[in-house]
Amino acid sequence: MRRFSWFNATSLTIGFAFLYLPMLILVIYSFNESKLVTVWAGFSTKWYGELFRNEAFLDAAYVTLRVAIFSSLLATVLGTMAAYVLVRAGRFPGRTLFSGMIYAPLVMPEVITGLSLLLLFISLGLDRGVLTIVLAHTTFSMCFVSVVVSARLASFDQSLEEAALDLGCTPFEAFRLVTLPVIAPAVISGWLLAFTLSLDDLVIASFTSGPSATTLPIKIWSSIRLGVSPEINALSTILIAIVATGVISASLISKRAAMQRDLDSKT
Amino acid sequence: MNQDTSGKEFAPWNDASEKPLITFKNVTKKFGEFVAISDLNLDIYAREFFALLGPSGCGKTTLMRMLAGFEAPTSGVIELAGQDIAAIPPNKREVNMMFQSYALFPHLNIWDNIAFGLRREKMPKDQMEARVEEMLRLTKMEKFARRKPHQVSGGQRQRVALARSLAKAPKLLLLDEPLGALDAKLRQDTQFELMDIQESTGTTFVIVTHDQEEAMTVASRVAVMDHGKLVQVDTPDVIYETPNSVYVADFIGDVNIIEGTAEANGDSVALTWTEGQPALIGSANQPIAKGASAAMAIRPEKIAISSEKPTDRTNVLQGKVLDIAYLGNISTYHVQLDNGTVIKAQIANTRRIARRNFTWEDPVWLSWTDTAGIVLAV
Ligand SMILES: Nc1ncnc2c1ncn2[C@@H]1O[C@H](COP(=O)(O)OP(=O)(O)OP(=O)(O)O)[C@@H](O)[C@H]1O
Ligand SMILES: [Mg+2]
Repeated sequence: MRRFSWFNATSLTIGFAFLYLPMLILVIYSFNESKLVTVWAGFSTKWYGELFRNEAFLDAAYVTLRVAIFSSLLATVLGTMAAYVLVRAGRFPGRTLFSGMIYAPLVMPEVITGLSLLLLFISLGLDRGVLTIVLAHTTFSMCFVSVVVSARLASFDQSLEEAALDLGCTPFEAFRLVTLPVIAPAVISGWLLAFTLSLDDLVIASFTSGPSATTLPIKIWSSIRLGVSPEINALSTILIAIVATGVISASLISKRAAMQRDLDSKT
Repeated sequence: MNQDTSGKEFAPWNDASEKPLITFKNVTKKFGEFVAISDLNLDIYAREFFALLGPSGCGKTTLMRMLAGFEAPTSGVIELAGQDIAAIPPNKREVNMMFQSYALFPHLNIWDNIAFGLRREKMPKDQMEARVEEMLRLTKMEKFARRKPHQVSGGQRQRVALARSLAKAPKLLLLDEPLGALDAKLRQDTQFELMDIQESTGTTFVIVTHDQEEAMTVASRVAVMDHGKLVQVDTPDVIYETPNSVYVADFIGDVNIIEGTAEANGDSVALTWTEGQPALIGSANQPIAKGASAAMAIRPEKIAISSEKPTDRTNVLQGKVLDIAYLGNISTYHVQLDNGTVIKAQIANTRRIARRNFTWEDPVWLSWTDTAGIVLAV
């Protein structure tokens, strides 16, 4: 092991400071006693208490959670299916076009995705609410799931599936009993990714939500325009904790899966 | 091995009334433009132990994958018990395959890997457990039953793959290099186990091997393949003693190939092969036109070495010892003839003595009988 030089230590500190100082300040001020956000008046958790008595925030949180759960599940199923077809179906006409198209939403500006979904929902006559946000979030997060899962499927040894068929499985059983358990870590980390993406999306949600359903990011955004309140700080701290947990577990799961794969490939 | 229970010789391929279990009719398999199997015709009979031999990439695995149902022939028909199997999916075929890559399920332990196929056919629990234990015992894997595949050695994984394919006791078992990763002792034991299983269950085996000795030991018939074609299909002794081509002679076992021109027709053929030496006499199993270019294939163990010129044989050559390879039970002498050709001759080491009759640079005489060498058209 080489010694940690002063230079390395300094660059690391500066880098991390840039990344995390803003969040750290937010977290610290969420425990501020004072109502003034910029003046420290001692430690308190009272804003968390306030937060849990605020009906509007609780409603928004409930909407956000429902949207995140449904859209991430839907995105996981659709994204996994799309990845399976793209990696497995071999050549079919338009395969390249299809696989390019499934990844397009990854690079599409969110405003455009949001706007086009809005136009679609209006022309279909769908009332904007939880359902439309779920559909919109599914649309943009399924391609993330599909990327994660197809990376795993590409290195999946197809003879495993053949062996399952050979031993009497129907193609669906082979998928359920062999393929799915083997790629499960990738599917789970894709699901976590979709969940956190849905949780913190503002742009697309603001296009597709209606008066009947507001998500937390929208709620935060609109109340901030009336001035930052310590309640918002508390809420944001909770969101940071949830998102961080999601992202860290996703990366831990895929890391463990990669290690497992290394072991398997020594076969 | 070649005996059935009635004591009669097991040779259904010679019996016109016998129906083959598997029939390939003009089967061709192409991958894009590449022809992996080319217009192949083959009959395999029930209760055979059929060995496929051939260089890497000649199409052995492709042939098996077509039987298992993972590849469809580009043209031609494959029949199993008289029925075209093109429309039958792999899971409905009474065929099990042991994969060259093993294809063990990484998320299941060894016990569950072996039980996998039995669970699919809804075998009663106690019966299934007994069967799995039996397979574990057979492959000497009892101690590792609870481990995952990545926690055992390469040879052990191979044994698990074998156990898993044997567990269902299918009508037809396809083994793609089943014993390649095992040590000599375990390999031999397993070969005999396979032959036992074959005899007690009457399963038909098709086995791919790179080990000709293995093919010779276990097989009722051996097929030698080259570039997607069958070159010769015969019993091991026929393949060894009377190969139908230089390719087969060269591929199976050690052989000296002496090229020349055929002199006379008939059962015995004379071969002129170099200036100033008498023609060599050998037997031919196919008629060879006089003056056609031909080659004599002569096995090293059929060549005798002596210090005096033998007087009772026509095939006599003089040379000097170039090299001696001691292989334990036998020694191979590399003898260089006057024209530079090197001939291999083998002598069994029957006595345990360090003293050799011949040593490097010794002038020696090589000789063999008129029927020992096979003359083949080239
Ligand atoms: N899916 C495929 N696509 C294209 N070519 C293939 C495919 N599968 C096999 N081949 C080619 O077909 C030929 C025969 O392959 P096969 O796997 O049957 O060889 P093999 O006799 O089993 O060789 P080995 O002894 O190395 O296992 C090879 O040249 C191989 O490259
Ligand atoms: Mg092969």
